Amino acid sequence: MPDTLFDKIWQRHEVSEGILYIDLHLVHEVTSPQAFEALRVAGRKVRRPDRTLATADHNVPTDGSQVAAQIRDQLSRVQVETLERNCEEFGVPLYSLGSDHQGIVHVIGPELGLTQPGMTIVCGDSHTSTHGAFGALAFGIGTSEVEHVLATQTMQQRKPRSMRILYSGELGYGVTAKDLMLATIGRIGVAGGVGYAIEYAGPPIEALSMEGRMTMCNMTIEAGGRAGMVAPDNTTLEWVEGKPAAPGPLPADEWLALRTEEGAEFDLQYEIDASAVSPQVTWGTTPGMVTQVTEAVPEPESEGDQRALEYMALKAGTPIQEIELDRVFIGSCTNSRIGDLREAAEVVQGRKVAGGVHAMVVPGSQQVKAQAESEGLDEVFLAAGFDWRSAGCSMCLGMNPDIAAPGERVASTSNRNFEGRQGRGARSHLVSPKMAAAAAIEGRFVDIREWS
Amino acid sequence: MNKIEKVKGPISVLRRHDVDTDQIIPKQFLKRVERSGFGEFLFYDWAKEPGWDLDPNPILVTGRNFGCGSSREHAPWALEDFGFKVLIAPSFADIFYSNCTKIGLLPVPLPEEEIEALMEAVEAEVNLADQVVRFDRREVPFDIHPETKRRLLGGLDDIGVTLQQEHAIVAYEDERERKGPVTTTLG
Repeated sequence: MPDTLFDKIWQRHEVSEGILYIDLHLVHEVTSPQAFEALRVAGRKVRRPDRTLATADHNVPTDGSQVAAQIRDQLSRVQVETLERNCEEFGVPLYSLGSDHQGIVHVIGPELGLTQPGMTIVCGDSHTSTHGAFGALAFGIGTSEVEHVLATQTMQQRKPRSMRILYSGELGYGVTAKDLMLATIGRIGVAGGVGYAIEYAGPPIEALSMEGRMTMCNMTIEAGGRAGMVAPDNTTLEWVEGKPAAPGPLPADEWLALRTEEGAEFDLQYEIDASAVSPQVTWGTTPGMVTQVTEAVPEPESEGDQRALEYMALKAGTPIQEIELDRVFIGSCTNSRIGDLREAAEVVQGRKVAGGVHAMVVPGSQQVKAQAESEGLDEVFLAAGFDWRSAGCSMCLGMNPDIAAPGERVASTSNRNFEGRQGRGARSHLVSPKMAAAAAIEGRFVDIREWS
Repeated sequence: MNKIEKVKGPISVLRRHDVDTDQIIPKQFLKRVERSGFGEFLFYDWAKEPGWDLDPNPILVTGRNFGCGSSREHAPWALEDFGFKVLIAPSFADIFYSNCTKIGLLPVPLPEEEIEALMEAVEAEVNLADQVVRFDRREVPFDIHPETKRRLLGGLDDIGVTLQQEHAIVAYEDERERKGPVTTTLG
């Protein structure tokens, strides 16, 4: 029987039934301290430090602090210092504050060339699905599993079911991978992917940049799916070529042969016409509560919807384009790569942030920051009145000083609009980088396709 | 890990769907480097709402897609530390479900209509060995993978179980391990 991309990677990594070998384990400061401590107590070692890489991202201030000692919040400082001590003790390579390679874990893996087709990749973070954009099998794990992978370089994992979402048509002007993914979540629901590894396929996916594919795979977890994948093609090869950890020459034939074979079967398949997708804006407190920018806030259909409208302080029937904003956040593992920043900068060029709006751009890594600065993007943002920050998770999750105040309304390029996610009582609307940039200029949402 | 076999007692009810792990344990409590003491921060923001009433009973009954969002194991730690031993819902998010089974907190999926009936009950008995939930003189079976069940019943250490296959892992590394990339030569 013909195999899927997912089948091939799974089979290649099965050590024995139910045990999967892990090629790369990424570690960060929030979900690892208890795992290292448990290893210490049990007298265990990290089995493969050479397949493990750590960075500090969730807790770090984005003010350019160069060492952990500069972190003012005591608990955050201790967590980063604990990571540094653990990595030293267990021999795990670490890019902490002050390193040229520090950044959001799902940004630095691909940018170092560590993320390659055909690999198994895990990290104690649900957005690990991002790495599937390269035709890898990548998923988020909990701290007990982090400990398990550190000790054994394997996972106990039962094979999930397979789903394919087959896209047709092409994305219209101003419509991005973020919009396509939000529309997909709106269609299949926030639990639609539970139990599945999802492959995204079809001409609109093949036309996406690696940044766009990463955005889609990143938000797979927002549809409940643990892993999202895109078959490797020439776009993938071009990205990996020349990166620090890339093999030279690339095993191009082997990687391209990973793609799902003709006639392979999936447990479930959806078909979505990408041409019909408009710019998306979330109105509620799950990523599935989403609509087109041309629509209005919908009538509540459940208690959950009603609760969400109350939290968001929105009335059904209000046009999305009349929603006024206090803050704009461009960043996060969903949309903080150089391609995302270029798209936002193009919108911002020569314009000014609306009065009363606080807008910030947070590059995903120090490398992205340096690249953006070499292209003058920082000056475009600064001239418009944006705050230009240093790398980290920033306002995606409010574990660091970048948080929104209670009641503030944020247009955000991140991945979760849960209650309190960006700060207690803060109201989040998820959008693409272009839409966020335009919203910063106007102080409200606009249809990027008609706005000039 | 705690063994779990049979849990009997009063139930707590949380009538909400898609409860995400950010609600179960908000971000500011993830900064701790310890594994214990999260119970007092469970549902930290929701617990301030008027009318909130959630007792630390052994069994929590709640809505579908429970535990969605972030992979933080702090969520199961908080639920367990608060006092819950069994969670019953129409469905659970994948990572959350797995995280619960790693710490001896039993997630039990039941059909939505059974959940409705259970929410009206005062107490219940969950028997893992028999794979049933008993309440109001009814007996409702539930699914669990045999291997997960074996580990929960025995309170087995997952790493210890995997290391019984050490020979297979070594053989994989010798014969089939992927050539690179390695992280230790990046500089």
